[in-house]
Amino acid sequence: MSTALEMSPVAVALPAPVVEMIGVRRVFPGPPEVEAIRDVDLVIRQGEYLSIVGPSGSGKSTLLHLLGLLDNPSSGIYRLDGVDTMSLKERRRAVLRGERIGFVFQSFHLLAHRTVLENVALSMVYVGVPRRERMARARVALERVGLSHRMDFGPTTLSGGERQRVAIARALVAEPSLLLADEPTGNLDSVNAEAILELFDELHAGGMTLAVITHDDHVSERAQRRVRIVDGTLQW
Amino acid sequence: MRDVLDEALAGVAARPTRLILTTLGTVLGVAALVGTVGLGQTAAGQISQKFDLAQATRVVVEPGDKNGQEGEAAAELPWDAPDRLDHLNGVDAVGTVSTLDVGSDLVSSVAGLNGGEGKALTVMAGSAGLFDAIRAVLKTGKFFDAGHDQRGDKVVVLGKHAAERLGINRVDSQPAVFIGDEAYTVIGILDSVSGRAELNDAVIMPNGTAKAAYKLKAPDAIEIRTSVGAAQLIAGQAPKAIAPNDPSTLKVDSPPKQGAVRKGVEGDLNALFLLLGAVALLVGGLGIANVTLLSVLERIGEIGLRRALGAARRHIAAQFLVESVIVGLLGGLLGTAVGVLLTVGVSFAKDWTPILDNKLAFGSPLLGAVIGLIAGTYPAWKASAIQPITALRGA
Ligand SMILES: Nc1ncnc2c1ncn2[C@@H]1O[C@H](COP(=O)(O)OP(=O)(O)OP(=O)(O)O)[C@@H](O)[C@H]1O
Ligand SMILES: [Mg+2]
Repeated sequence: MSTALEMSPVAVALPAPVVEMIGVRRVFPGPPEVEAIRDVDLVIRQGEYLSIVGPSGSGKSTLLHLLGLLDNPSSGIYRLDGVDTMSLKERRRAVLRGERIGFVFQSFHLLAHRTVLENVALSMVYVGVPRRERMARARVALERVGLSHRMDFGPTTLSGGERQRVAIARALVAEPSLLLADEPTGNLDSVNAEAILELFDELHAGGMTLAVITHDDHVSERAQRRVRIVDGTLQW
Repeated sequence: MRDVLDEALAGVAARPTRLILTTLGTVLGVAALVGTVGLGQTAAGQISQKFDLAQATRVVVEPGDKNGQEGEAAAELPWDAPDRLDHLNGVDAVGTVSTLDVGSDLVSSVAGLNGGEGKALTVMAGSAGLFDAIRAVLKTGKFFDAGHDQRGDKVVVLGKHAAERLGINRVDSQPAVFIGDEAYTVIGILDSVSGRAELNDAVIMPNGTAKAAYKLKAPDAIEIRTSVGAAQLIAGQAPKAIAPNDPSTLKVDSPPKQGAVRKGVEGDLNALFLLLGAVALLVGGLGIANVTLLSVLERIGEIGLRRALGAARRHIAAQFLVESVIVGLLGGLLGTAVGVLLTVGVSFAKDWTPILDNKLAFGSPLLGAVIGLIAGTYPAWKASAIQPITALRGA
C-alpha cells in the first residue's frame, strides 16, 4: 500500500489522519458528462485547519459533499478516521456522517419553526445521544458560540451572523472528528464574517479539525494550510 | 421511535393552517361515516326499543268499512270467531271486545242513583278469552269465565280507573255496581292491560250478559295475542278463518314488520351517505397525499440537513409517514367528534336515545390514521429517495 502519508518523510511525527483521499474522482454522468473532481489526493490530520479555495464551478462543493459522505466518489479511496468508506452501506455511512462530521452551510439550514436550542439538539437525534443529555449539551454548545441569551428564540429573529453561529453550535455539539464548512461567510457582512472566522480560530486552537471551503482568499488566508482547487484538481 | 414521533409532531405543528386544510377531507369523510352509521344504529335501536313484546304479538281484527256505501251495514264479526282462530298455529289467546250502547244509563255503586250521582263510565263486553288476549293483570278477584258468559250471569270486572271512580277496591264482600237500575256483582278489578287502554276506564261484562241486557249483536273487534314472530302470519290467516267467503271485508291491524322499518331507515339514504363518506375519505386521502408531497418539495432543504446530521433514508421516510399518519389521525378524531355530535344532535331533535357503538367511536379515528398511512406512503418514499446533495443544493 502506497499512500501520500507513507511517502512523507516526517509521517511518524504527525498526528493521525482524519481524512485520507487517494485518487478520488467524481463524474456526474451527463449528458453532458461532467468530471467535477479528478484525481484528488488529500490528507487532513487531526487538529488541522485547512482551507480549500477555488473559483466558482471548480468543484469545491462537490469535494465537500464527498468529504462529508453526502456523496460517493466515482472511483478512488476515501478513509475517514481510518474507516474505508467506499465499502460501506448507506446506513453505515449515515451513522458515520452523523457521528464524525459537522456541517456548516452557506445558507445556515436552520429549521424555521424550531427554537435555536432545538435546532442545535437536532444534530444529536440521529446519533443516539440520550434525550436527557441533548438539551444540556446543546446549551453548552450555544454558550461556546456566545448565544446563551438566544436559546429560546426562533432562528428567523436572529441576524445572519447569529444564525451561522447557531449552525456552528449544531455542528459542534455531536463532537465530530471533522468540521466541514462550505462558504460559511458567504451570506454575511464583513463584521459578522470576522466573528465567524475568529470562532474558527478558537475551535482550531481547541484542537478541532476544520476544512473550510471558500472562493474568498481573505477567508482562506486564516487557515493553517491552504489548498487550491481548479477544474476539479487540487493544486499545492 | 419517540424521536421520530417528536420530530413528526413538530413538523405537523409547524404549519397549523395547512394542517387544518389538509385534514378537512378526512374530517368530512369520517364525520359522514360516523354520522351515518351512528344514526343508523340509533334509529335501529329506537325501533327495537319501541318494539316491545306486547306490540309485536298483537293482532286486532275489526269489521272493514263498507267504502262509504250507505244503507249497507258493515260486515259483522261472528261470535264464534275466537273458536275459529283458537286452533290456528301461532295464536296464543283470542277474545272479543265490544263497547255497549247503554243509552242514558249511568254507573254507580249505590242503588237508585241513576241520573243522580252515577258516573258516565264506559260499559264494555268481552269473551272470557279477552283478558288473556290483552295480557290483563288482576289487582284483585278473578276474571269472568266461559260459564258466566254462557249463563249470562250479572257479573262485571272493573277497569282500574273505573274502580277508583266508583270507590271500589275490594271484591271479597261481593260489592255490586248498578248500571241503570240493574245490579251487577263485581268479581274482579284489573290492574293493567296492554293494547286497549280504554278498558281501564270501563265496566266489563260477559258477552252473554251484554246480549241479554243490551242486545249486543256482534263483537266490535277481536283481540289476538300471537306467539313471538307469528303476528304477520296470523294477520294473513285470521280474515280467512273468520270469514272464509269474504275475508276482504275485514280490517286487520298487525305490528309493522321489524325488518321493513329498519330497512326503511337504513335504506337508500344510508347508502348515499356512506358513499359520500367514502368519496370524502378518498378525496381526503388524496388531499393528504398531495399536501405531503408538496411539503416534501418545500422541505427539501430540511431533508438534506437531516441527512447531513446522520439521518438514514428510513428516518426521512418515517418522518413524513408519521406526519401524514398524525394528520390522518387528527382528521379521524375531528371527524368522529363531528359525527358523534351530529348523531347526538339529530337524536336530540327527534327525541331518540343516541346509540353509538364503541367500536365505531374508537375505530373511526384509526380509520383516519390508516388513510394517513396509505396517503403518506408515496410521498415518504419520494422524500427518502432524494439524494442529500440534491436536497442541499435545492434549498
Ligand atoms: N449533480 C450534478 N450534476 C451535474 N453536474 C454537477 C452536479 N453538481 C455539480 N455539478 C457540476 O460540477 C462542477 C462543480 O460544481 P460545484 O458545485 O462543486 O462548484 P463550486 O466550486 O462549489 O462552485 P460555487 O463556488 O459556485 O459554489 C460544476 O461545473 C457543476 O456544474
Ligand atoms: Mg459551491
